[in-house]
Amino acid sequence: MIVQRKNLSFWERLYLPAIWGGFKVTVRHFFKKKVTMQYPEERWVVPEGYRGAPYLVRDQEGRTKCVSCQLCEFVCPPRAIKITPPGPAVDPGTGNVEKRPREFEINMLRCIFCGFCQEVCPEEAIFLMRDYSLTGANRKEMIYDKEKLLALGGVHQDRIQKWKRKQREAEAQEVFKPAGQPVGHDAHR
Amino acid sequence: MTQKAEPLPAPAAVETIAVQVDGRKILVPRTMPDPLTARPVATTMIQACEAAGVTVPHYCYHPKLPVAGNCRMCLVEYGTPALGPDRKPLRNADGSFVIHKSPRPAIACATPVSPGMEIYTNTPAVKAMREGVLEFLLINHPLDCPICDQAGECKLQEYSVEYGQFASRFVEAKVHKPKQVDLGPRIMLDDERCILCTRCIRFTRDLVHDDALGIVNRGSYSTIAAYPGTRFDNNYTLNTVDICPVGALTSKDFRFQMRVWFLKETKSICTSCGTGCNILTGSRENRIYRYTPRDNDAVNGSWMCDAGRLNYKWVGREDRLTEVKIRGQRGTWVQAIQEIATRLKPATPGRLAIVASARQTNEELYLIRKLAQFLGAATDSVLRAGEGDRLLVNADKNPNSAGVRLMGLAGNPPGSNLATIAERVRAGEITSLIVIGEDVTQQGFGLETLRRLELLVVSDILPNGANEMAHFVLPGCAHAEKRGSFTNVKGRVQRFMKAIEPPGDARPEAEFLGELWERLIGEAAPASLEQLFNQLARDVAAFNGVTWAALGDAGVTVPLSF
Repeated sequence: MIVQRKNLSFWERLYLPAIWGGFKVTVRHFFKKKVTMQYPEERWVVPEGYRGAPYLVRDQEGRTKCVSCQLCEFVCPPRAIKITPPGPAVDPGTGNVEKRPREFEINMLRCIFCGFCQEVCPEEAIFLMRDYSLTGANRKEMIYDKEKLLALGGVHQDRIQKWKRKQREAEAQEVFKPAGQPVGHDAHR
Repeated sequence: MTQKAEPLPAPAAVETIAVQVDGRKILVPRTMPDPLTARPVATTMIQACEAAGVTVPHYCYHPKLPVAGNCRMCLVEYGTPALGPDRKPLRNADGSFVIHKSPRPAIACATPVSPGMEIYTNTPAVKAMREGVLEFLLINHPLDCPICDQAGECKLQEYSVEYGQFASRFVEAKVHKPKQVDLGPRIMLDDERCILCTRCIRFTRDLVHDDALGIVNRGSYSTIAAYPGTRFDNNYTLNTVDICPVGALTSKDFRFQMRVWFLKETKSICTSCGTGCNILTGSRENRIYRYTPRDNDAVNGSWMCDAGRLNYKWVGREDRLTEVKIRGQRGTWVQAIQEIATRLKPATPGRLAIVASARQTNEELYLIRKLAQFLGAATDSVLRAGEGDRLLVNADKNPNSAGVRLMGLAGNPPGSNLATIAERVRAGEITSLIVIGEDVTQQGFGLETLRRLELLVVSDILPNGANEMAHFVLPGCAHAEKRGSFTNVKGRVQRFMKAIEPPGDARPEAEFLGELWERLIGEAAPASLEQLFNQLARDVAAFNGVTWAALGDAGVTVPLSF
């Protein structure tokens, strides 16, 4: 296809009217309210329900809520999550939950912030939080491990506390008294 | 022409009867062999439904176990032909039977079929009964699927989705039973998840004849337990983990290791003894997590022994041979094969010996046989004797000793030529030795003897005593890392598939033996394993008429001529 290049008219060839037109826009905006945000000194207020980086949370008792069911690893579309299950050794620190991840890694370079992990989690242990600007000096730094994810995720105010309730119910029974394992408190690990 | 399971001991011509399952007319035999005694017993409704291709959900019923009929999940409705005053079935105008529908349902697993019977598995009443049974089973169930190893292959999960009701109506407190009960050295019991189907009890009592398990306490407090003061520790305990329809019996080895939906299941053969149990290798990302038995009524039924099942960890060992070594230096496959061929070519007949292993596949042994015939080599293999039992464990601990004997590579008995070969090496008559998959330093070949050799080629999977002395070390593959076939002690040829990649430079033995063949003999070796096996079947008398495709999943039995 050949695009015909139109010759400029006399008015256009004068050049100055266009300059004036441009200056008018500039001057008008000069007196308007500023819209530019001085990032990173100034930060955007993230709206409610924003899907930022996924982090792990603890419950009110300091217990890692994740039980290493690996559903998030299964559902993750870019395969950013890698969980190492605990293996068969009985860990007394887990109480009646029996299981928690030995290692939990999210590769933030791969993560697409889709929120499937949060949606699929049966334990409410992973949440997409408000962090949208993740930086690191190298690729290795961008693979967040369990400690980092838990530190960033903080505490989730769990209203159900399923495992604690189970433990209470079991302790209230007349038969099959549990061996008195503690619930939670794995912060010492 | 896949050969199916061997026919059971001559079932006399069994009378067939016509029944209807959900409106589909089928003919079923009046009797079927009992799973334990093989005596004819009346065909049950669940067997008729299976023959008609209709799934009836069940927990306690297992085709290889005696019927218990306690879970009530297989309840169906049925009708039988109504009889007139003359005790003859009444007929409709079109000649069909007048069906008298039973007012009560029946458990399909324990009710025999009768001529003209109609079974209804899809009525609103049956659906309501299934919902009701599931609701009762779930009353005290902890619903801890996120931490349960059975999740993903759990019948309670599957049936809840297919036949259950969505919400729980149970508001009372659940009974919390003990969660980590140490039943035996390999079994951890979670009583909370148990639905008391008694499959494990029947398995260990009736098949293993170790009456170790039972139910104690009553009602909601019933639990599975080992007899006081004993442990559930026979060699078949892990089969109860497989047949447990829920996550109550868990394997201590596999517990909390990997979720089952990640595992890639590859059809394979257990290599721990000469029985050759059919297995599935569960692997993920190049790591094997478990073996589970695969049904083959001609070999292992649905079972395997604990020792064989847990014998997979050596495949992933850190000290696997991963490098080709030429006189102690790292080399390449091309270099090594070329040099070995050049040095073998002038070898005069009688100056070479090959020690093959009965842990190798038929195909590899065939290639060794070809080389041995071409070079006029003396051959033998190594006997590995152990203890057997009357169920599945064989005293022969080699997976392919029948294969090595059918190929004519072993002495009679296997290993009897080894002393002669060692003597001839010491006398300087034999100057070259190829050892594949065995450690000859354990077989009377001292390091002094090996030092006399001009050429020592050693191929193995794990470090072996002769590696230091070897001029060439060739890293081989475990059975999970290659394809091939084994011949078990009864002559059943069974193939196995590749589950994981070999580590480092390790290569399947059939590949590099084929290259050696090409370089030495100068003719093209079969390009694929299928062609290799088919050529083997043409060349070796015992395998005549068998093809790789004909082996199928269940294998083919060949006559043992020794």
